[in-house]
Amino acid sequence: MELLARRKLTNQVALGMSMAAMVFGLFWLAWILLTVIQLGIDGLSLSLFTEMTPPPGAETGGLANAIVGSLILVGLGTLVGTPIGIMAGIYLAEYGRYTLLGRVTRFVNDLLLSAPSIVIGLFVYAVIVATTGKFSAWSGAVALALLVLPIVVRTTENMLMLVPGSLREAAFALGAPKHVVIRKVTLRAARSGVVTGVLLAVARIAGETAPLLFTALSNQFWSLDLNEPMANLPVTIFKFAMSPFEDWQRLAWAGVLLITLGVLGLNIIARVMFRAEKLH
Amino acid sequence: MNSRPIDTAPPVRKPVNQMGSRIFGGLSMLFALLALILLAGIIVALTIESMPSLKAFGPAFLFSSEWNPPAEQFGALIPIYGTLVTSIIALVIAVPVSFGIALFLTELSPLWLRRPLGTAVELLAAVPSIVFGMWGLLVFAPIFAEYIQPLLAATLGKLPFIGQLFSGPSLGIGLLCAGVILAVMIIPYIASVMRDVFEVTPAMLKESAYGLGCTTWEVMWRVVLPYTKNGVVGGIMLGLGRALGETMAVTFVIGNTNFLSTASLFAPGNSITSALANEFAEAERGLHTASLMELGLILFVITLIVLVLSKLLLLRLSANEGR
Repeated sequence: MELLARRKLTNQVALGMSMAAMVFGLFWLAWILLTVIQLGIDGLSLSLFTEMTPPPGAETGGLANAIVGSLILVGLGTLVGTPIGIMAGIYLAEYGRYTLLGRVTRFVNDLLLSAPSIVIGLFVYAVIVATTGKFSAWSGAVALALLVLPIVVRTTENMLMLVPGSLREAAFALGAPKHVVIRKVTLRAARSGVVTGVLLAVARIAGETAPLLFTALSNQFWSLDLNEPMANLPVTIFKFAMSPFEDWQRLAWAGVLLITLGVLGLNIIARVMFRAEKLH
Repeated sequence: MNSRPIDTAPPVRKPVNQMGSRIFGGLSMLFALLALILLAGIIVALTIESMPSLKAFGPAFLFSSEWNPPAEQFGALIPIYGTLVTSIIALVIAVPVSFGIALFLTELSPLWLRRPLGTAVELLAAVPSIVFGMWGLLVFAPIFAEYIQPLLAATLGKLPFIGQLFSGPSLGIGLLCAGVILAVMIIPYIASVMRDVFEVTPAMLKESAYGLGCTTWEVMWRVVLPYTKNGVVGGIMLGLGRALGETMAVTFVIGNTNFLSTASLFAPGNSITSALANEFAEAERGLHTASLMELGLILFVITLIVLVLSKLLLLRLSANEGR
C-alpha cells in the first residue's frame, strides 16, 4: 500500500503546514501587541494627558493636544458620516433592494469600502483645502466622514436585510406608512447591528493617518479652532516616530499604545455587544 | 331576541398617508446617490488637479524614472515599480499562509477554538497601519536586517537568476521589508474571505468525498478549492487592493528614495502611497502637486480595476450558490 502511505503523508504534511500558518498569523499579532505594550507603557504618565506636544529636545511634554484633536476629528467625522450612511443603507435595503440604482450603489459602495484612504485625502485636499487655501480641522473631519460612510452603509444594509419580512408586513397590516415602519420597526430591530457598524467605523478612522496628512495636517499647539490645522494622534505619531529624538519616540510609542488599545477595545466591545444582543 | 339591527356597513377606512413615506424614501435615495457622486467626484477632481502634469508629460510620465522636484521633471516609474513589487511580495507570502489559516479554521480547529482564533485573526486586521509602520521601522527592520536578510542572501541569494533579488547590503528597510509587513497586514483579509467561502461549500459535497476515502487535504484541494475558486481569487484580489493602497506602514519601512539601480529586493525604494505621504503636504503648488495628484489618480484607477474584478468574482460565487 505505497499509494495510501504517500497520500497519508501528503495529508499530514499539508495539515502540519496549515497549523504552522495559523501559528504564524497569531505570532505577528502577539509580537506587535507585546512590543507596543512594553515600549508604550514607558511613556504612559499623567503628563501625557495634560501637557502639550513638546518642541524638539524638550525634556517634558505630552500628547494632550493631539489626543483632544483626535477625539474632535473622529467625533465630527462620525457625527457627519453616520446619519448619511444610515439613510443610504435604508435606501439600499428598504427602497432600492431590487432596483438598478440599488444594485449599482451597493457595488460602488463596496468599492469605496476598500479604496485607498490616501486617495480620499487627496480628494478632500482638491475640493476643500485647495479652494479655501488652507489646511483645516474641518477638511480632516470631512475626510474621516467619507471613510465612515461606506462602512455604515454596508452594515446598516446588511442588518436591515436580516430583519424578517413578517415584521414589516405585520406593521403594514396595522396601517403604518412605510417611513414609520422603517423607523419604528425595522431600524429598531436592527439597532444593535447598526451600532456595531458605527463602532467599527470609529475604530477604523481612529487610526487613520493618510487622509489627515493633507487635510487636518497637525499642530504643535493647543487649538480648538476648526478652521485651523489641528493636532491629532496619528500624524503626531508619524512625525515623532520618524524623528531622531528619543523623547519624541517615547511619546510616539505611548501614542501608539493608546491608539492600539482604543481600536482593539472598540472592536472587542462591538463584537461582544453584537453577540449578546443576538442571544436574546 | 336582540332587536338591534346588525350593522353591515363596512368600516370607514382612511387611506394610509404616504406623503411622509415618499419624502423619506426620496431623502434616503439622495444619500445613496452620494456614494455614486463620491466615486465620480474623486476621479473628476483628481483628473482636473493632475491636468498640468498630464499636459506636460503625457504618457511618458508612466515610463520615466526621473523624479526631480527642483528641475520640475517628474516620472512615475519608480513609485509604480515599488507599489507593484511590494504588493506582489505581499501576495506571494500572504496567499499560502491565508489558505493555511482558512483550512485550519474550517476543517482542523476544534469547535471551541474556532471563534476565538477567528476573532484574533480579525483583530490583526484592526491594528491601525501606523502601528504596523512604527513597529516595522523600529522593531522589525533591525531584526530583519540582522538575521533574516543575511539568511536569505546565503540561501536564495546563491541561486542563479533569483539570486540577484536577494543580494546587496542588508539595510532592513527596503522593498522586501515593506512587502513582508504588507503580507502580515493583508493575511487577515484574505484568510477571512477564504474561510467564509469555504464554509458555504455544501456539506454533501465534502461528505461524499470523505465517503470515497479522501483525506482532509484531498477534500480541500480537489473538492472545496475548485468549488470555491472564484471566491478564493476574489479574496486574493481584495487583499491585493488593500496592499496597493496601504500607506503608512509602507512609508515607514520602504526607505523613501527615488533612485533605484539594482534589481535587488533589499534595496530601498518608493511606492505611490509613500511618495504622496512624504511629499504632498510640502510640495510646491504647480507641477509638483499636479504630478503627485496624477500618481494618486494612477493608484486609484489600478485599485478600482482590481477591486471590480474581485467583486465580480465574489458575486459570481454567490450566484452559483442558488443553483
